[in-house]
Amino acid sequence: MTKSFICIVCPRGCRVNVDDNMNITGNQCKRGESYVLTELTAPKRIITTTARTVFKQLPRVSVKTDVPIPKELIYDIMNIINGVVVDKPMAIGEVLISNILDTGSNVILTKSCLK
Amino acid sequence: MKKEIIVIGGGASGLAAAISAKKEGRDVLLIEKEDRLGGILNQCIHNGFGLQVFKEEYTGPEYADRYINEFYKNNIEYLLDATVTDVIKIKDGFEITFSSRKTGIKKVNTNAVIMSTGCYERTRGSIIIPGDRPYGVITAGSAQRYLNIDGYMVGKNVFILGSGDIGLIMARRMHLEGANVLGVAELMPYSNGLTRNIVQCLNDFDIPLFLSHTVTQVNANKNQRLESIIIQQVDEKYNPIEGTEKNFKVDTLLLSIGLIPDITLLDNLNVEKDYKTKSVKINQSYQTNVSGLFICGNSLQVHDLVDNVSLESERAGVCASQYVLSQTTKANKNVRVVAGKNLLFVTPHYVDFSSESSKIVFQFRSKMKIEKSMLKISQDNKLVKNKRINFVVPAEMESITLNIENFDSSNDIVLDLEVL
Ligand SMILES: Cc1cc2nc3c(=O)[nH]c(=O)nc-3n(C[C@H](O)[C@H](O)[C@H](O)COP(=O)(O)OP(=O)(O)OC[C@H]3O[C@@H](n4cnc5c(N)ncnc54)[C@H](O)[C@@H]3O)c2cc1C
Ligand code: SF4
Repeated sequence: MTKSFICIVCPRGCRVNVDDNMNITGNQCKRGESYVLTELTAPKRIITTTARTVFKQLPRVSVKTDVPIPKELIYDIMNIINGVVVDKPMAIGEVLISNILDTGSNVILTKSCLK
Repeated sequence: MKKEIIVIGGGASGLAAAISAKKEGRDVLLIEKEDRLGGILNQCIHNGFGLQVFKEEYTGPEYADRYINEFYKNNIEYLLDATVTDVIKIKDGFEITFSSRKTGIKKVNTNAVIMSTGCYERTRGSIIIPGDRPYGVITAGSAQRYLNIDGYMVGKNVFILGSGDIGLIMARRMHLEGANVLGVAELMPYSNGLTRNIVQCLNDFDIPLFLSHTVTQVNANKNQRLESIIIQQVDEKYNPIEGTEKNFKVDTLLLSIGLIPDITLLDNLNVEKDYKTKSVKINQSYQTNVSGLFICGNSLQVHDLVDNVSLESERAGVCASQYVLSQTTKANKNVRVVAGKNLLFVTPHYVDFSSESSKIVFQFRSKMKIEKSMLKISQDNKLVKNKRINFVVPAEMESITLNIENFDSSNDIVLDLEVL
């Protein structure tokens, strides 16, 4: 049976098909192939959200996991980020939480927080 | 005080236009009404920006940061917290009026103007939903701003009308922040958002998408707060089908029913309008019929990808610079660009054969989903160029770049998609 996926790696959103012999077609670039392979075995996502700060001028600062994390950990990771408060000026790209839940992914700022 | 170019708006479009005009050596002033640069990108904290321009996937604020740094590096003059309230055509240019708390109302003259004012969201006023008018019905973009900038959730039980990208992104965002997102209703039989957003915002979290459905009733409680909604399936003519009613108990209805280019500033100028893009008409240099008035970004046409906004605005900046240098008063030699029957619209609307810019970037949207299509560009019924395009959908803008040498200066240029 052929399985059909929408590659979400980039906004082009190619429709990628995989047949029983693992022939992959429809992707317009190589990343589509590895996307479908991880999607079949252990789907991963990048989380983008915000973290609370103590600063009035910028009550929230946007953050993300710097590499994709296993899909089933999304809610646990959201909980951890929601418990953190940024209490000092930080630059864009600085690490807020390192190696979250041992995933090898850091939660980093995607906007500078008064720095 | 007279400037060579004034850029109105400091979002992705205004930043790119100002940077490129300045690099061409022009004297540029950018005016932004908010207290920071970056525009809508500041609230788009999700991923998916910059793959084309930077070959890397950024969030909105990260993408903005790259351009803002570049903007600072070029020492471009700019004003924040300053709203342009009027643009008037005068001899040799324009008079721009802006107001700000710091300086009060001020006027400044300029040779050329680049409009980069972005777009606004359609609100409930622009569609008709019968029933009460309660609190809790708000546009998806405002909810996004409250949540991502101010850290404030607009509701707990949420339904979304319209499958535009902002609605889809907000479905995931509010779900992850603990809200109960009950579904998304879309009037059309297809989604208006990018396919990847359907996958990663709805399917990932089992949020149902009701295609060919709309909200037909909103009910308030005695505190005038939204209490419930009814959705119904629609037929091909978009009329609700009796017996398909579904009731949802919600305190929030987010509207993601379309974006409209913000060109209110141009009301007093005699600019030729395009009723399809809900903006104005331009030639390949992004110049309107008012000479010296340029427009790009979401105020020209609503874009799905910021990369296209930046690239388009960069070109507009160069064209505006060329205009200032040559101060072209020579008569335009315009040929019309016409959208064929399967296209919603095409920009530019004219190709000006007296213009310096020989490169023409045609951008267009299809009217429907087409699996396999052939883009055909012709003049006087003769094919000038064709190109195969697979999976065209109205939600994704397509483009093709051609040189003016491909065309003759006497016949309409017609673009259309042929279904294969
Ligand atoms: C929710 C959402 C999700 C998106 N997702 C993606 C995505 O995943 N990937 C992607 O590539 N693109 C995405 N986009 C598209 C992209 O972000 C936008 O197309 C782009 O940022 C628009 O830039 P702009 O400069 O034209 O408009 P804006 O960013 O809206 O900038 C217009 C600016 O003009 C200012 N202004 C307006 N009127 C005046 C005035 N009278 N005086 C002074 N200043 C004024 C405004 O304050 C604003 O700062 C998304 C857009 C939205 C809304
Ligand atoms: S296959 Fe490549 S081009 Fe297609 S959506 Fe995936 S990343 Fe983008």
